[in-house]
Amino acid sequence: MSALLSLHNIRKSFAELTVLDDVSLALAGGEIVSLLGPSGCGKSTLLRIAAGLDRHYQGQLERNPLLDFGASSGIGVVFQEPRLMPWLNVAENIGFVDGHKADARWVRQLLRDVGLEGRGDALPKQLSGGMAQRVAIARGLYGKPQVLLLDEPFSAVDAFTRMKLQDLVTELAAQYDISVLLVTHDLDEAVYLSDRVLILGGQPSRIVSELHVPVPRPRDRRAAELALLKGQALTALYQQPY
Amino acid sequence: MSTRSQSLERPASAWRPARRQVRFAPVGLLLPLAVLGLLEICVYSGWIPAHLMPAPSTLVLTFHELAAGPLWSHILASSQRVLLGFAIGSGLAILLGTLVGMSQRLEAYLDPSFQALRAVPGLAWVPLLLIWLGIDEVSKVTLIAIGSFFPVYMNMVAGVRNVDRKLVEVGTQLGFSQTTLMQRIMLPAALPYLFTGLRNGLSMAWLCVVAAELLAATEGIGYLLTDGREVSRPDLVLTAIITLALMGKLTDSLLKHVEKRMLRWRDSFSGQEQKP
Ligand SMILES: Nc1ncnc2c1ncn2[C@@H]1O[C@H](COP(=O)(O)OP(=O)(O)OP(=O)(O)O)[C@@H](O)[C@H]1O
Ligand SMILES: [Mg+2]
Repeated sequence: MSALLSLHNIRKSFAELTVLDDVSLALAGGEIVSLLGPSGCGKSTLLRIAAGLDRHYQGQLERNPLLDFGASSGIGVVFQEPRLMPWLNVAENIGFVDGHKADARWVRQLLRDVGLEGRGDALPKQLSGGMAQRVAIARGLYGKPQVLLLDEPFSAVDAFTRMKLQDLVTELAAQYDISVLLVTHDLDEAVYLSDRVLILGGQPSRIVSELHVPVPRPRDRRAAELALLKGQALTALYQQPY
Repeated sequence: MSTRSQSLERPASAWRPARRQVRFAPVGLLLPLAVLGLLEICVYSGWIPAHLMPAPSTLVLTFHELAAGPLWSHILASSQRVLLGFAIGSGLAILLGTLVGMSQRLEAYLDPSFQALRAVPGLAWVPLLLIWLGIDEVSKVTLIAIGSFFPVYMNMVAGVRNVDRKLVEVGTQLGFSQTTLMQRIMLPAALPYLFTGLRNGLSMAWLCVVAAELLAATEGIGYLLTDGREVSRPDLVLTAIITLALMGKLTDSLLKHVEKRMLRWRDSFSGQEQKP
């Protein structure tokens, strides 16, 4: 299967600081890939490039033409911060792309999915950090994207909600056949969710190791295979100059 | 997801915005009342000559007398001019301010000229306006429009420039066009600035209407002022001044009310509350 989204030899600098050097990755249909790496290593930067939000880089970004066809809007992004429009309520934020013509049924369904049923009327200032992040996830899913780019979407929620959201994302990804590129610095999360884990490291960052997780879904968080893979990932992380 | 936790759900009523209103209105009246009382005493005891400074009680009588006659038509005339001039001036300012805010190139072309024009005191336009447009309504409305344009324009540009880049990025990612970005993100986000500008612009409009009417008018609150001076009646002048204060306050309160309603979403510091 040809990749939906691929990055070839990406090199990115801010002024004289080179953040990414020769990073390549490809996201196949229905695949969940995690990007793991220490804070400040350029994960968000890479995601912004993949989302087409940052065009000042060297290398190539290749979008499969499939992304531009069909009913869905191609790529959905959930940023590291919720980035909700403060003047719109929760429901309006979720259906933001369609404005007044938003599909109310779908919005209600998404509200249910992220555990915010009945909160459609609340304003962002009335939400906790984790709730706001869940609204942002619902907004990312609203356009029924084929590729979902998630930037540490679960970092602001409690462990319990986090597990629910992780399952939600995998469920929805399977249900709507969404490919996911997930940025995280949580090892458990990366291994539990992904088909592949890419570990960024070095100065400037490159992909230092790639880990396949050939465990069928639904997965058991306590599975020994996952623990084993986590150990390998840890080794890879420790080998970095940090 | 069937195992959704119920503990997260709370009755919807708890999520409606809390109505917390602090009313300070009576406190605001203390100072004016004290000054008026003092004046009354001063004038009655003869410390201040009554032909220079009428007692507040005289003012009430004058007010009463005027209210039975021409006062309302004066107020109406001035209000109409203010409203029309303000609408034109602020409308243009919102349009141009948004465009200049959105585009650095447009800013490079237009902004220096606007800044230069802004440096010209509004009253300096009066002679030119009189020559070009005559002494009728058009010149007055134009002066008011010029006066209210700049505060609104300045704030609109600042408002658009202060929109959080991260919010704009959300729109960009969703594939919004420039126009859509402007409507859906820039304008709502700039609303707090816009209202500051509108309120400044409105007070400029009242300032300009008086200036225009002082110079050439047969009607309006400014005319009442000139009339009072010509017939040497400070009570007329003062009544006109008080009317101006009231009208200014009234229209500003109206705008403030709209602002409060439209910016309910705002999550910002609203001043320290009183200690009980
Ligand atoms: N707009 C910018 N201008 C200059 N430097 C930047 C900018 N954005 C990011 N950087 C730099 O690029 C590097 C990578 O930033 P990035 O946000 O991608 O990190 P990250 O891996 O997402 O970190 P975290 O896990 O903390 O979110 C950092 O060193 C940061 O200082
Ligand atoms: Mg980041």
